Amino acid sequence: MQRKKLVVIGNGMVGHHFIEQLVQTDAAKQFEIVTFCEEPRLAYDRVHLTSYFETRDPAKLALATEAFYREHGVTVHLGDKAVAIDRAHKIVRSEKGVEVPYDVLVLATGSYPFVPPIPGHNRKGCFVYRTIEDLEAITRTAEESRIGAVVGGGLLGLEAAKALQDLGLETHVVEFAPRLMAVQLDEEGGAMLRRKIEALGVGVHTGKNTQNIAPGKFQRLKMEFADGDELETDLIVFSAGIRPRDELARQAGLEIGPRGGIVVDDHCRTSDPDIFAIGECALWNGQIFGLVAPGYQMARVVVDLLNGKEAAFTGADLSTKLKLMGVDVGTIGDSHGRTPGAHSYVYKNEHDEVYKRLIVSPDNRKLLGAVLVGDAAAYDTLLQYYQNGIDLPQPPDALILPSTEGAPAGLGPDALPDTATICSCHNVTKGQIVACIDRGVVALADIKAETKASTGCGGCAALLKSVVDAELEKRGLEVKKDICEHFPYSRQELYHIIRVEQIRTFDELLEKHGRGLGCDICKPAVASILASYWNDYVLSDKYFKLQDTNDFRLANLQKDGTYSVVPRVPGGEITPEKLITLGEVAKKYNLYTKITGGQRIDLFGARLEQLPHIWKDLIDAGFESGHAYAKAVRTVKSCVGSTWCRYGVQDSVGMAIFLEHRYKGIRAPHKIKMAVSGCTRECAEAQCKDIGVIATEKGWNLYVCGNGGMKPRHADLFATDLDDETLVKYIDRFMAFYIRTADRLQRTSTWLENLEGGLDYLKEVIIDDKLGICAELERQIQHLVETYECEWKKTLENEAVLKKRFRFFVNAEGGDDNVVFVEERGQIRPATPEEKHRLKGIPVELEEAS
Amino acid sequence: MTATTASQTATWVDVCDVSDLEPDAGVCALVAGRQIAIFHLPKLGEVFAIGNYDPFSHANVLSRGLTGDIGGEPVVASPVYKHHFSLRSGRCIEDETVSVPVYPVRIEGGRVQVQIPDGEKRP
Ligand code: SRM
Ligand SMILES: Cc1cc2nc3c(=O)[nH]c(=O)nc-3n(C[C@H](O)[C@H](O)[C@H](O)COP(=O)(O)OP(=O)(O)OC[C@H]3O[C@@H](n4cnc5c(N)ncnc54)[C@H](O)[C@@H]3O)c2cc1C
Ligand code: SF4
Ligand code: FES
Repeated sequence: MQRKKLVVIGNGMVGHHFIEQLVQTDAAKQFEIVTFCEEPRLAYDRVHLTSYFETRDPAKLALATEAFYREHGVTVHLGDKAVAIDRAHKIVRSEKGVEVPYDVLVLATGSYPFVPPIPGHNRKGCFVYRTIEDLEAITRTAEESRIGAVVGGGLLGLEAAKALQDLGLETHVVEFAPRLMAVQLDEEGGAMLRRKIEALGVGVHTGKNTQNIAPGKFQRLKMEFADGDELETDLIVFSAGIRPRDELARQAGLEIGPRGGIVVDDHCRTSDPDIFAIGECALWNGQIFGLVAPGYQMARVVVDLLNGKEAAFTGADLSTKLKLMGVDVGTIGDSHGRTPGAHSYVYKNEHDEVYKRLIVSPDNRKLLGAVLVGDAAAYDTLLQYYQNGIDLPQPPDALILPSTEGAPAGLGPDALPDTATICSCHNVTKGQIVACIDRGVVALADIKAETKASTGCGGCAALLKSVVDAELEKRGLEVKKDICEHFPYSRQELYHIIRVEQIRTFDELLEKHGRGLGCDICKPAVASILASYWNDYVLSDKYFKLQDTNDFRLANLQKDGTYSVVPRVPGGEITPEKLITLGEVAKKYNLYTKITGGQRIDLFGARLEQLPHIWKDLIDAGFESGHAYAKAVRTVKSCVGSTWCRYGVQDSVGMAIFLEHRYKGIRAPHKIKMAVSGCTRECAEAQCKDIGVIATEKGWNLYVCGNGGMKPRHADLFATDLDDETLVKYIDRFMAFYIRTADRLQRTSTWLENLEGGLDYLKEVIIDDKLGICAELERQIQHLVETYECEWKKTLENEAVLKKRFRFFVNAEGGDDNVVFVEERGQIRPATPEEKHRLKGIPVELEEAS
Repeated sequence: MTATTASQTATWVDVCDVSDLEPDAGVCALVAGRQIAIFHLPKLGEVFAIGNYDPFSHANVLSRGLTGDIGGEPVVASPVYKHHFSLRSGRCIEDETVSVPVYPVRIEGGRVQVQIPDGEKRP
């Protein structure tokens, strides 16, 4: 049987989704599929385009792969644009001259950003925000810019503004309408959002009609407004709405809406029955949908029709929840309250800058719409009331009033019917998720992979998790967080037990709450908790047996059983005298030396019995333990900062040294790394640290929860322009809260990613003191700071410990004869087993084979 | 079981005082040229002796590992790659095919003594 030809023009989010769905159905066998992709790469996740600034890796955004298309026999014309549709002969022609006949044609050409026809709109420095190439160009120009402006204060405009701010630019938003997000927000909501965004240091200019873009006097460009005002800027991003890409359809004589858009019916069919249009290019019922979920719905309708099934597109919900510049905003349904007879409930809190409004049906029973600014926690619940027509509780305002202790008012996941849509992007219902769990798929990641829920815009992530958790709990499948077989508790629970019962030793804890002897998992974990709570000497009798060999000998074990020694070099600043001492000590004990990645010097190849001697020399020269062996603060990396550097705006070295001294030695669930940069050039790489501090003209920006290492994560901006005192206060609280709540060996990055409520919640706890514990957190750190002692100094004063724990044999002098060094590049290194065999003739392997 | 414990002719070698042992942890003794890791677990009221050599890291480190139990079996975790060895049988918990030698050990008059099989002494 001759297969029919199906051509898809446009390989964006919707075009790809269409193909992806189609190839999984029977209809795929009837068609030979060809698609034209104008962009230089296959479909990618435009919704998360902004994350490109973080990763700079297009692969991270990719939705489609060539392998997938190949496997399903889909032909892709990459980087080739369809330029004509010959409806008479049913042929599509491309820019590169390809001609493809079709039986069925699907237009998924998306939209383009609208740039108002202002004179000067295409000067150098003017951009739009739609493709990876746009973002690359913006990044390049931002490097040589100081100020950036966004034209358009809608959803996308604010997202672009955030990106400019993250790129380090002074940022302005220019909006024609009298308020931000005019489409979604009512007046009060818009005003509240404006205040919040201004508080973040972004200039907001509403009611501004840009009339001309001229070369600037001080910056690259000057925007001239109708009211005579001007704004100088180096870079402009236009985000003033979208226009459907209907040029091909228009040329081919298909019906086009009066204000653009390819007219389609409920089957997404254009005026030519062999041609469909889906996604942002399609005009349904006089409406263009600028969101991905309705586009996906259209794609599925066409897939169903091609499979001979009945299906119809019946419109889509434009409710959205977003985090705009760190401000939660949610709008649902009729957010302007335009339904006749509707009335509203409003909650407004000017202190915390929260605004919430419910729009309710005349009989007070159904939710018609909602606006949430500053606190969108109720969004998921409200959306379910709205989408599923659930009867509202009486009085309905309980849904937006702040909950005073106890369960928040609203719908638990249990109250949702099985038909409730959890993920609108992929049209996944609660019933499908439950069915998935019933089949034994219980891990969140697997449920996502199987149902695709939460893999589109991501807006449903919290709801999905709550549904999954509730279902697991019902089945008694709660994911175990027990630290090990000896304690039926998580690290956080153990922390609370120790705190509440004032437990001081492992044995006491084990006796009261555990079983068996303990192990190498729970012992160091409990040692760390005890240390971060009591700060007693780590080698005291009650602690030492809990420590991994590193903490136990206050040095880092190497592969051959020797140790490395890392003295503290706060902030990486070191005097020539101290450098000489390090060299002398290394020479004296024949140690291998290396500059570490943490701006200090590591001395390797120390034998157990040498450690006290080495440390005596170091301490006499004024060094302290660097805690390289401990789950504790490692280094506070610094750049040279304002003292020497021509760009530095604060004394980054001074601050780094201060922070390192303040937090040194504090035991935590995992190691903590910090850095302080003297300006936005960020030479200290603070944004990949657990705690990063970057100097600004006005003070310090604080970043948290970054990670280098195995799974790099950029730190999140936590607070801006802090003075010294506030900076330290926030770090104190952050450290104590992390110590208190993280899992064993959980770096701050994974901790944050698993923290319910995420960054916002963390801000509420640390900045707004939502839990009322900040005073206690600060006290705890203060206690630790005040009781700090250099462990090595203390150890050297303790004859008994030295004699007992720093000799190799309990019954003889001397050391391990299996430690053998050879020379390489002028220094020692451990010999390999073969070298040992050759050098010493010891039958190392043979002996243990018995 | 390891061959060493089954050996018939063997002598007890005096090692150290009981007070030299570290409760819940290990020390390393040099006995007839061998490195032996001796562990004292007061909760079990027992002392154990195994080879100090970790066959995975090829380093003499087992006496410096953390002690504990896995499903009731007393073990030490190597400080290098964290393999667990049974203090009773010397067997590696993660890899049944690997084991370290186990030595009989006893307390006599406040002294710790270890038994080394005759003829297995190293030069
Ligand atoms: C010495 C050093 C490498 C060097 O030659 O430069 C080093 C050496 C070790 N690193 Fe590292 N890391 C060193 C800088 C880093 C850095 C760079 C930095 O700090 O700027 C990173 C990435 C940044 C980060 O941590 O986010 C780094 C990421 C890791 C990781 C992965 C952590 C993660 O969360 O992904 C580990 C493994 C772990 O901790 O579980 C690790 C673990 C280790 C251990 C402790 C592995 C071990 O158990 O033997 C090494 C022991 C050091 C020793 O014996 O002294 N090291 N390590 C660096 C010591 C810095 C210092 O002065 O204290
Ligand atoms: C920064 C940003 C953030 C966003 N955030 C959200 C969000 O949070 N939630 C949400 O729901 N939506 C969001 N959107 C909107 C969402 O990305 C779009 O709704 C979605 O991409 C629409 O898919 P589409 O396939 O219709 O169009 P597109 O993804 O634009 O794909 C159309 C493709 O067709 C190509 N094309 C056009 N004409 C031709 C031709 N003649 N020949 C060949 N190829 C052609 C185009 O180059 C393009 O690659 C965001 C958009 C942006 C830019
Ligand atoms: S971050 Fe700034 S102050 Fe620091 S060295 Fe780099 S340019 Fe200079
Ligand atoms: S609603 Fe967009 S991913 Fe679920």
